[in-house]
Amino acid sequence: MRGELPGLVRRASELTTEVAGLGADRVLPVLPELRELFAGQGLRRGSTVAVRPVPGVSGSTSLLLCLLAAASQGGSWCAVVGLPQLGLVAAAEMGVSLERLALVPYPGPQWTGVVATLLDGFDIVVVAAAGPVAASVRAQLAARARQRGSVLMPFVANPWEGADVSLSPEKSVWHGLGWGRGRLRSRELTVCARGRGSAERPRRSTFWLPGPPVPPPEAPQRIRLSVVR
Amino acid sequence: MLVWCPDWPVVAAEIVDGIPAGGPVAVMHANKVVASSSAARAQGVRRGLRKRDAQSRCSRLIVVEHDPGRDMRAYEPVVAAVEQLAAGVAVLRPGVCAFAARGPARYFGGEAAAAEKLVDQVANECGVEAQIGVADGAFAALLAARAGKLIGEEETAEFLAGLSVSTLERPELADLLWRLGVRTLGDFAALPPGDVLARFGLDAALAQRLAAGRDDRPLAVRQPPPDLDVQERFAEPVERVDMAAFAARALAERLHEKLTGYGLVCTRLAIVAITADGQELERVWRHDGVLTAQAIADRTRWQLEGWLTSRKLACGIIALQLIPEGVLAQVGLQPGLWGEAGAERDRAHRAMHRVQGMLGPESVVTAVLGGGRDPLLQATMVAWGDERKPALAQGPWPGRLPPPSPAVVAQQEQPVEVISEAGEQVRVDARLALNADPGFVVMGRSKVEIVAWSGPWPVDERWWVVEQRPHRLVRLQVLLANGQALLLILSGGEWSIPAEFD
Repeated sequence: MRGELPGLVRRASELTTEVAGLGADRVLPVLPELRELFAGQGLRRGSTVAVRPVPGVSGSTSLLLCLLAAASQGGSWCAVVGLPQLGLVAAAEMGVSLERLALVPYPGPQWTGVVATLLDGFDIVVVAAAGPVAASVRAQLAARARQRGSVLMPFVANPWEGADVSLSPEKSVWHGLGWGRGRLRSRELTVCARGRGSAERPRRSTFWLPGPPVPPPEAPQRIRLSVVR
Repeated sequence: MLVWCPDWPVVAAEIVDGIPAGGPVAVMHANKVVASSSAARAQGVRRGLRKRDAQSRCSRLIVVEHDPGRDMRAYEPVVAAVEQLAAGVAVLRPGVCAFAARGPARYFGGEAAAAEKLVDQVANECGVEAQIGVADGAFAALLAARAGKLIGEEETAEFLAGLSVSTLERPELADLLWRLGVRTLGDFAALPPGDVLARFGLDAALAQRLAAGRDDRPLAVRQPPPDLDVQERFAEPVERVDMAAFAARALAERLHEKLTGYGLVCTRLAIVAITADGQELERVWRHDGVLTAQAIADRTRWQLEGWLTSRKLACGIIALQLIPEGVLAQVGLQPGLWGEAGAERDRAHRAMHRVQGMLGPESVVTAVLGGGRDPLLQATMVAWGDERKPALAQGPWPGRLPPPSPAVVAQQEQPVEVISEAGEQVRVDARLALNADPGFVVMGRSKVEIVAWSGPWPVDERWWVVEQRPHRLVRLQVLLANGQALLLILSGGEWSIPAEFD
């Protein structure tokens, strides 16, 4: 009996969301490639997950869409505030369900009120604010998200102090395009996630979007005919 | 009394689709002629003919597909016109309606006078030719209408006795009777009913009762649909938002009261406003759940605010109308069992409605994927609450870029220059050949090297629309040295960046 116990008893923190069961509704799913970036294997409800576009490295918008994809497919409602240039065809291809995606492209000066209202009803609210955001506003929105159990996802170039996790693309390599031929087919994106406190150590993940490159099908081998006497 | 509109499917095709019924027209179903116009009949196009035979008899024949829905839609005004003169109208099929003759005959002073009045009424209201027949029972009345006769009481059996058995519209039975030597309805009616039932079955026994003029099936009287629209006319044109909101509130409550009185709920609401200069504005709001009085009032207020503040109106609104377009019986609206229609959806809807209240109805949008070649046009933005309908239909769009699609689509195309290694401008000739390989993209002051590119892929569209500027361009996909992947377009001699694969 005693010998079996160490195998059965585990620390509560080691329980993954699937095992814990009760905790599953506290975490929104993410794509399998992105799971290792998050301590809770997904987007914890009530948290703030910042996506930071880095000048000189492309791929931040795709990263954002990829974060929304799994939750959106799982039936969550997402809202995007202040991002009129978002490519919605790309969003649909990435797996975001467009009928559950609300967009407020031009929130105007009262954007904080809009975001606070949307946090009441949506599971994920992406905020792309143009200028720097005051610390008090950040704290207010984070508190609202925590209270309502939604995920606040700032998509701003300036660092968002107080974010639980901050993701940014580190390297993006496109495949499929040659010199005068081919087309863009897939990209290899390296993402770096930095947490707060004990999770300060950056975690990295490299994955393919939309999928690993498929080698072109080889021409079937020609059957050689030989003369048989 | 029965009102018969001859060749109704042909007339309906003229009313709905604008196909001239004066010409040779045939309505086809399953490759057989269902109805034909008189011009086509003169050329020998008959019911039951195959399409190919019909076309060989009449080469200018216009063929229309049979659509019972279209026939019924077009017939609705005719029924309404008849209902103005007679009560208890039963629609037997599109093109034929019947009612009890006694009332109108007494009111207008005789059956002939009533029939004349009805023909005039249908001609005036709908511009449709109609024939009237009076007899005992709907079957005999239809035959009387075809013959253009008013059959008096007790004369129905006599009228029917002279007609051929083929008028029973039971081809197999008629054929059998014909071969047995029973040629007229009178002969058929004279057979012993018990023997007919034993030899030919129940349907033939019914047919025999019809042939004898004993059509005692009562008419299935149509209930006229309740008038649910509510309308308000203002003595003074409404120009201020708060006045409009007040009017909207009262109107919404009236509509809601009316709907609940009939036990109905509204899922689609049309708001129509008429301005002092006669302009008519209309907008339809859709809602997945039940529109409550508050929700109706909110939507009306938003819409009026939008119209009044966007300065689309030269003058104030003088009349406002709310039309419930999609109505369901109260019990018919069932929330979904899983997922879609749940508490989460309601929360999201509430949040979006509140944001619409803050910023206006057009501020919250959802996207619908449609067709098109331009990445910006493929997704149509629809205001939340409107019908999700793409601007361009899905379908094969040759020349459309294959996935992955650009994740950033510029709202305004940023003009750039594309130059070759040697520094000359890159151009495309009429044979879609580049004058030099693209080497650099010049954006403002920065000049970035191109490491990979592909194209040019041409788009040549909308040259067939006179009013619009034709859309001729070529596209390049380029990968820059800094890792950016861009879509470049050349149109009218200018390069620009419409989208980025971010």
